[in-house]
Amino acid sequence: MVAETMTDARGEQPSGKPLALVVDHLTKRFGERTAFEDVSFSVAQGEVFGFLGPNGAGKTTTVRTLGTLIAPTSGSASVAGIPLTSDNGPEIRQRIAIMPENPGLYRRLTVTENLQLFAGLYEQRHAAARIGEALEAVNLTARAGDLCGSLSKGLLQRVGLARALLNDPAVMFLDEPTSGLDPVAAHEVNDLINGLRQRGVTVFLTTHRLEEAERLCDRVAILSTTLRLVGRPDELRERLFSRSLIVETLTPLVAPDDVFNSTDGVESWRPEGASSYVLSVTDPRNSAPHVTRALVAAGADVVSISESRHSLEDVYLQLIDEDPEASQR
Amino acid sequence: MKFSVRRLGAVLRKELREYRRSPFIVVTMALLPLVFLIEPLITIFRIGPSVAASVVDRAVGATFLVLLVAPALLPAVIAAYSVVGEREQGTLEPLLTTPLRREELLLGKALGVVVPAVGIAYVLFAVIQVCARLFASNAAVVSALGQGPHILAEVLFAPLLAGWSIWVGIGISTRASDVRVAQQLGTLSSIPPLAVVALVSFNVFTPSVTLAVVFALVLLVADVVLFRIVVALFDRERLITGARALRTPSGGGQVPPASAVRQIRRIERTGGRDDG
Repeated sequence: MVAETMTDARGEQPSGKPLALVVDHLTKRFGERTAFEDVSFSVAQGEVFGFLGPNGAGKTTTVRTLGTLIAPTSGSASVAGIPLTSDNGPEIRQRIAIMPENPGLYRRLTVTENLQLFAGLYEQRHAAARIGEALEAVNLTARAGDLCGSLSKGLLQRVGLARALLNDPAVMFLDEPTSGLDPVAAHEVNDLINGLRQRGVTVFLTTHRLEEAERLCDRVAILSTTLRLVGRPDELRERLFSRSLIVETLTPLVAPDDVFNSTDGVESWRPEGASSYVLSVTDPRNSAPHVTRALVAAGADVVSISESRHSLEDVYLQLIDEDPEASQR
Repeated sequence: MKFSVRRLGAVLRKELREYRRSPFIVVTMALLPLVFLIEPLITIFRIGPSVAASVVDRAVGATFLVLLVAPALLPAVIAAYSVVGEREQGTLEPLLTTPLRREELLLGKALGVVVPAVGIAYVLFAVIQVCARLFASNAAVVSALGQGPHILAEVLFAPLLAGWSIWVGIGISTRASDVRVAQQLGTLSSIPPLAVVALVSFNVFTPSVTLAVVFALVLLVADVVLFRIVVALFDRERLITGARALRTPSGGGQVPPASAVRQIRRIERTGGRDDG
């Protein structure tokens, strides 16, 4: 019922797919301190959902709440189709996997021994085969006998991912999986997340790396105690920023007003530097030819005309700038 | 989801594997009682054939006291590390994200400490028996050490005394925020049962099969009660976040009653003292 009544604030729902996560007005307070408040969204099966926000925004607490590690103060949720209650904790945990920011592996045990512990906790019937598959999925078969204490941080993250694969989870929560990794190791982890998407695993990804979220996630949510936005990265850009063209000429235009004010599709313009102009347009693709013709007609030497691209980082910074509390955390 | 022996076994195997990788932990557990045993052993060996029975009783009592110190004292430090140690090394949260129930985790942890502690105690007992038979010159000493009540006391009390220390240690570990504090408090936990053992060993109570059985039953009940208390103390939310969970009758997803909120806020305002 929650899914049908979803509003735009929860983001556009991918059509036709059953929901893996439904969160409805969820709030968590620790005494007087609010970790997150009135959070509502849903995630479809097989979706990679990015959860972004500044430090202290409540991302990890949200993951812990949905993972039944801590109880919400109010609101409701369903995880992997099971209502979030303390009674359902073991059943929910059987169907999900959480990889905390710190993989938390036993450093005196080997990779295989660590995985054997968790295969036992998930009561895997064919544990050895399952461990072999998980190690193969993260390309760690050759290091199976190594002590975890001897592995690099990147390799430890991969062991953590292998552990998260053991129970074939319906929903996988990855909390800052590339935190502290060098670019190569982070790229490897991203490839693994892409692999999960191809296997149809629902991934709930919290990250500080906005380019990573933009590249990996079908939709993202931006949290700053309350949920600020949910949607596809391109939707969020369009929602927050007007579409624009950036024009650069060899020399400054003599009468830019005359050129731009009479051009079809240009709503407004402003100079940016000596011979660059930013034009707000209704549709960059249709307006570009009109602008080019107007510039040529005015005798301008055009160096370039390009669409202004706002990244997810721009969206994020714009939203966080609007939140006075975020800068104080 | 019901209690699972497989999950319990997985925790126990992990604990024993960690000991295997760090044999120093078990070796140091055995060293302390060995050092304590030197003096009573020498005393036993020095007792001549014609020494009074009361001297023999005192020497044997002292030996048994040391033998029972081992299972009561040694597991306390390791048990006190069990939960807070996992928390400090960051391995507790991944464990709690699995279907593992708190009873399974706590019993697995406890068995992981009982096995080496009781093993060491039994080995020490066997060593004493063998040494007495080989080197003691007083037949009454050998006879006293091999008496049924003494053997029964060792066999019964070693796991039961270890159980007491372990449950108190784990209980402290679930609430402590620092490993050092937990271990220091855990060491103190073994004192109460040892006081009773001392009274028996020095013949304030005369050792008998009945007394051994009664004391064992009392310890058994205490161990079960302690286990239930420790399970109740084990609060996932507190362990993960350091904050106390607001429990609702049907779990998460519902607003806790206003009285519960007021109660928690009052405790927070008073720094943990519940004046109400």
